Amino acid sequence: MEKNIILAGVGGQGILSIAFVIDNAALAAGFEFKQAEVHGMAQRGGAVQSNLRYADHEIFSDLIPKGAADMVLSVEPLEVMRYWHFLKPDGWVVSSVTPYVNIPDYPDMEQVLSELATFPNCILVDAGLIAKAAGNLRAQNMVAVGAASSQLDFTEEQLLTYVEALFARKGEKIVEVNQRAFRFGRAAGLFFRGLVDAGVAIPKALHLCQKIAPDTYDPGFAEEWAAVIVGDDAAMNSILESDEILACDQVPTSA
Amino acid sequence: MSREILLGDEAIGLGAIHSGMSGVYAYPGTPSTEIFEFVERATKKAGNVHAFWSTNEKVAYEEALGMSWAGKRALVCMKHVGLNVAADAFMNSAVTGTNGGLVLAVADDPGMHSSQNEQDSRYFAQFALIPCFEPRNQQECYDMMFEAFDMSEELALPVMVRLVTRIAHSRAAVQTQPGRDQNDLNPARDSKKWTLLPSNARVQYDHLTKKQPVLLQRSEDSSHNELVLAGKKGIITCGLAENYLRENISNDDYSVLSIRQYPVPAEKIRRLVDHVDELLILEDGYPLVESMLRGLFGLVGVTIKGRMTGEVPRTGELDPDIVRSALGLPPRPAAHEIASDLANRPPALCKGCPHTDSFKALNEALNTFDSPKVFSDIGCYTLAALPPLEAIHSCVAMGASIGMAAGAAHAGYTPAVATIGDSTFSHGGITPLLSAVQQRVNLNVLVLDNDTVGMTGTQRSMSTGETLDQLILGTGIENEHLRIISPTPRNHDTNVEIMREELAYDGPSVVIARRACIEAIKRA
Repeated sequence: MEKNIILAGVGGQGILSIAFVIDNAALAAGFEFKQAEVHGMAQRGGAVQSNLRYADHEIFSDLIPKGAADMVLSVEPLEVMRYWHFLKPDGWVVSSVTPYVNIPDYPDMEQVLSELATFPNCILVDAGLIAKAAGNLRAQNMVAVGAASSQLDFTEEQLLTYVEALFARKGEKIVEVNQRAFRFGRAAGLFFRGLVDAGVAIPKALHLCQKIAPDTYDPGFAEEWAAVIVGDDAAMNSILESDEILACDQVPTSA
Repeated sequence: MSREILLGDEAIGLGAIHSGMSGVYAYPGTPSTEIFEFVERATKKAGNVHAFWSTNEKVAYEEALGMSWAGKRALVCMKHVGLNVAADAFMNSAVTGTNGGLVLAVADDPGMHSSQNEQDSRYFAQFALIPCFEPRNQQECYDMMFEAFDMSEELALPVMVRLVTRIAHSRAAVQTQPGRDQNDLNPARDSKKWTLLPSNARVQYDHLTKKQPVLLQRSEDSSHNELVLAGKKGIITCGLAENYLRENISNDDYSVLSIRQYPVPAEKIRRLVDHVDELLILEDGYPLVESMLRGLFGLVGVTIKGRMTGEVPRTGELDPDIVRSALGLPPRPAAHEIASDLANRPPALCKGCPHTDSFKALNEALNTFDSPKVFSDIGCYTLAALPPLEAIHSCVAMGASIGMAAGAAHAGYTPAVATIGDSTFSHGGITPLLSAVQQRVNLNVLVLDNDTVGMTGTQRSMSTGETLDQLILGTGIENEHLRIISPTPRNHDTNVEIMREELAYDGPSVVIARRACIEAIKRA
């Protein structure tokens, strides 16, 4: 077993916090790991990445070769595109779709999303929306790692232990918010994949997720939702057009 | 004994602590900063290791040398270009030799992630005639510190440990070992050794040259220089380049020499060369071993491939894909083509940064001149070279802004404006300012006093606030031409006016733009 992950985002979004959680889980699980990161000038609002590798055998290079990454895990959608050529042909894209716009030439958001949706193995979550629901917009990084967690080799509890360790010195409340963000992110990712695996098109699945209250995501309802909206654009449109934020267990009956 | 998650930098720091180091000396510089920071953090409670930032790398090196003179072990750390600053003390410390162990950890930055050049510090070790270790992973960063300190004391020489960014800033689990006690105070007795008058220096230099065969033998015998003879294709790797090789080949078709201790093990190389038809040389940095092997005329009967023949790019950082291509292997299939024309996300000054307000005022103050050029320096404010500010037009070396502005003024260039941060000023700006003021050069210096070393993570600045004012006045500048402003949007017009007044003055003047770094405020 070997897992190569490129963590991506913008300086200040906290990708090194994601790395902390996974590094520690990997160490505790007895894996070898290496994790290269960017310090210095690029941290000032620039594009940042970290190469994280863990395996049940010795790891040589600190850097992931092109075509060897199992996952690009990004807190920002545009940043996926900077590293997608590192992905294995069947690699995973796990990304927030909340853009971080600090440049004048940020590309059209719809176009970015349609590019990400071309990866069959993708998990897209609106980390901004979910982090806000968890209690702090800054917890988008924990939403992202939560969304990716089902593709990692650790239990939810193992990872949550290190979310706690990471924020412990900032107090109980911050720990709770970040653990909640992680849990919401995990449920969002599983729900999203449940929809996609049941035949819902990727953009449609994402749009639906954005209409559901993040504190209610429940992967157990994915199939029921899929049954309603697959092939029934009228049902989907009526959901998307309504202003109402739905609870995940309020599956509408077919139109 | 435990397994700890450490950056390569931190493993160096912990290795030094466990080796019984009594003092750590440094000036912040990416990618070396975290060595000092780790030691400072880890020994704060015990308080048994001297850890206080130095004014610059030369000072750091001299302090470390003094600690060694006193019989205790010292670690001095810096980035590659910092060693240029420390070079005077460094070169001569090889001649004096050491008493307590003295280890220099220097972090090179191939690829220039955060630097002005990618000079290779192994040349400095060779130049000074001292041993050098080049760890390939975090565990070796830790382990080699024990060896480096012991070797320094056995051979009475400073020892270099050379890192590159990818080791310095990469984490892995490191197995630690029981620590060693610190040395007792035991000042050097032989003062002739330490007093490099020509008559003494000749003797010492002779000692140094006579130690060279010993150093070479150590390299030949070292387990860090591993030779495996197999096929007729040979590869030499230096430091972490071996990892990139192993990432791509698992068979033993190749004969491989992995070098991680210098001087270069000549006999091991000879055995490899005698065995193979062609040789690929992989070094993360300059082609040091490669150029030694080529000499002026190359090797008869063996084809050498490397950075000098284009199999490996002449410049830039090594990575597994570059090594893959140098091995003649096809690229791995990937999920997607590399994105072309992707919007760049360059680093920028933080929102609310005082430097932004300083440069906005400076740009306006200078707009009466035709295409004015501003000399600048190294720090966050170098980002003012980029849009939208585009306020500065040079960045060369720590403190160079002032010296270059003075030189341009000597040539008749006006207005000669230098901008420099408070910490860079203390590092390398005081002496050129003193020189310019004593010469009464017509130049304008804008000192951006944000009370910290911003770019490297808000370390303590040596000359800020009152200390900075006194230092500047101490150069002999006239009281009325030291102006202090507060760079805020609200003060913009006033600040422009003050700058214009000083630009109009025919003589040396300093404006201090004083407002704390917002990143530092956030962290406090």
